[in-house]
Amino acid sequence: MRVETAPRIVGKDFSGEPYSPPKARFLSFEYIPAERQLLHAFLSNKLVVGALTLLLLLVLIAFFAEWVSPVDPLEQTLRARLKPPIWQERGVSPYYLGTDRLGRDVLSNIIYGLRISLMVGLFSVGISLLIGLALGLTAGYARGFWETVIMRAVDVQLSLPLIMIALCFMVIFGQGLWKMIVVLAIAGWAEYARTVRGTVLSIREKEYVEAAHALGFGPGTIMVKYLLINAITPVLVLSAVQVPRVIMYEATLSFLGLGVPVTTPSIGLAIARGYQVLFSGSWWASIFPGLALMLLVACINIVADWLRDALEPRSREQV
Amino acid sequence: MGLYILRRVYQALIVFFVVTGIVFSILHISGDPLALLMPPDAPPTEVEAMRRTLGLDQPLVVQYGLFLRNAVQGNLGVSYHHGQPALKLVLERLPASLELVITTIMISLVLAVPIGVLAASRRGKLVDRVSLLGSLVGISAPPFWIGIAFILVFSVELQWLPSSGRGTWAHLVLPATSLALYRLALFIRLIRAGMLDIMTMDFIRTARSKGVSEKKVIYKHALKNTLIPFVTIAGMQMGSLLAGAIVTEKVFAWPGMGRLFLEAIGVMDFPVIIAWALVTATIFLTLNLVVDVIYVWLDPRIRHEK
Repeated sequence: MRVETAPRIVGKDFSGEPYSPPKARFLSFEYIPAERQLLHAFLSNKLVVGALTLLLLLVLIAFFAEWVSPVDPLEQTLRARLKPPIWQERGVSPYYLGTDRLGRDVLSNIIYGLRISLMVGLFSVGISLLIGLALGLTAGYARGFWETVIMRAVDVQLSLPLIMIALCFMVIFGQGLWKMIVVLAIAGWAEYARTVRGTVLSIREKEYVEAAHALGFGPGTIMVKYLLINAITPVLVLSAVQVPRVIMYEATLSFLGLGVPVTTPSIGLAIARGYQVLFSGSWWASIFPGLALMLLVACINIVADWLRDALEPRSREQV
Repeated sequence: MGLYILRRVYQALIVFFVVTGIVFSILHISGDPLALLMPPDAPPTEVEAMRRTLGLDQPLVVQYGLFLRNAVQGNLGVSYHHGQPALKLVLERLPASLELVITTIMISLVLAVPIGVLAASRRGKLVDRVSLLGSLVGISAPPFWIGIAFILVFSVELQWLPSSGRGTWAHLVLPATSLALYRLALFIRLIRAGMLDIMTMDFIRTARSKGVSEKKVIYKHALKNTLIPFVTIAGMQMGSLLAGAIVTEKVFAWPGMGRLFLEAIGVMDFPVIIAWALVTATIFLTLNLVVDVIYVWLDPRIRHEK
C-alpha cells in the first residue's frame, strides 16, 4: 500500500483567510512511514473510529446471531401478535422491539437480517471483484480484440440503471438468496473491470514492467506480480463503496418481493411486512428494521469514505 | 461535434439492442408463454394452432427477429391481464412517473446547489459539518423506508398530507421529498467537492487578482464550472430515478409505470413487464444521449474542436 506525501497546494479559502489544512491528513513534509500515517490519520478521526467500532459490533452480532437474538426470528407466536416495544405499556419480554403481524420478534429479525445484508454485500461484491479483476486485467494487458469486446460490454452495462438490470434478472430467475447474490454480482462487475483496466493501462508502459519483460518473465507473472499488485488499492476502495450500495439493493429488491424468499429473515422483507401494518399504528415493525439498516450502511459509508481519502489522496475531495 | 453525436447515437443503439435481447429472454426463460395464454384444458390441436399463429414454433432466432420487428412498430404484445396493448398501458402510466421524477430532481437541485456552495465556502465550519453529516444520513437511508417514516409522521400522526394516490400537489409532496433525499445528499456532496476542486484552479486566482468580488468569483466563475460536469450526473440520476422510483410508487400507491410493473410481475403479465423494461431503457438511453450532447456543447474546449 502506497500513501503519498505530496504537498497540497495551500490555496485561499473562500472567506479570504488562508486555508489551513485539517490536521492529521498526512500533509507533513517530514518522512513518516505509510502505515503509521494511516494509523495516525485513523485514530485522530473520531467519527471513523466510532463508525468502525459500531460496524465491528454489528458484524459480530450478525455473525453470532444464534446466540445474540432473543428468539427464533421465524417463530410465529400468535398470542404475541403486534406487541409494541418493551418500554410501551403493552410491551412484553422478550420482544424488546415488539413483534409483527404474525408474532415474529422484530429484534431477532433485525439481527438475522443484518447477517443476510452483510452476506449479500460481501459475497456479491466479492464475485463482482473477481470477475471484474480478471476481465479488467485481460483487457488492459492483452489489448486488441479482447479489450474491445470486454470494454464494449462494460459500456453497455454502465449505460443502464443497475436497479433495472437487477429487476429484469430477478424476474427471469425468480427469488432466492444466492440467485440475488449472483444477479447483483453480475450487475456490478463492470465498474471493477473499468477501474482495473485503467490502472493497468497507466502502469503497463512503466520501466519496471518493461524490465520484467526484458528479463523474460511470462505474462502470468507480470500480470500478477506487477499489474495486479498495483490494482489492489483502487479495487479495495471501490469495494468499500460498493458494499453499502449492494446492501441497499438487496433491501430494495426484497422489499419489492423480488429478492430473497419470504422465509428468509431479510431487513427489506421485514420493512415490507411492517409497512402492511403501518396504518394500524404498529410503527415499530417497519421503523426499527429500517433504522438498523441505515446504521449499518452509514457505518460502512463512513469507513469507505475514509479509506478512499487515505488510500487515494488525489481523489481526496471527490465524492 | 456532429461525428461525436453520431457515435453516441450508435452506442445507444447497441445498448438498446442488448436490452431487447435480455428482455426477449425474459419471455422465454420464464416458461412457455402458451401455458399462460391458453386455458389449461384447451385441446392440444388448438394449442398448436395458436403456437403457429404466434410464431412460437419457429427457431428462437427467427422469433427474436419477429419480436424486434414488432417492437420497432410499437407492438409489444397484448397484456395477458388487461387485454390491452402492453405498450399503451405503460405509456398511459408514464406521465405520473415523470411527474414524480421531475419534481424529485427539481427539489434535489434547488436545495443542493445553495447548500453545496455554502458548505464548500465554509469548509470545516459548522455549516459544512452539518451538511456532510446530513448527506451521510441521506445516502445511507433506504428511500422506501424514508417514505414509510414520512407517512407515519405527516399522514398518520400529524395528518397534514395524504399518504397515497395522485391528484393534487399535496399528494406529490411526500413521495417526491422522500425520493429526493438520496439525490439531494448525493448532489450536495458532488457540488461541494466540485467547488473545492475548482477553487484551487489558476483561473480563480487570476479572477481574484483582477479584483473580482468574492461573490462573483464563487457564483460566476466557480459555480458555473462546477455545474458543467454536474449536468451529466443530474441527467443520469433522472434516468435511473425512473427505475428507482418503483419502491416509492409502491409505498405511496402512486399510479406510475413502476406500480404497473410490480402488478404485472404479480400476475406474470410478461408483455407488460417487457414493455416497462423497454420504455424505461429507451428513456434512460435518450436522456443520457441528450445530457452528453449538452455537456459537449457546454464545454467550449470540445465545442470548438474541428
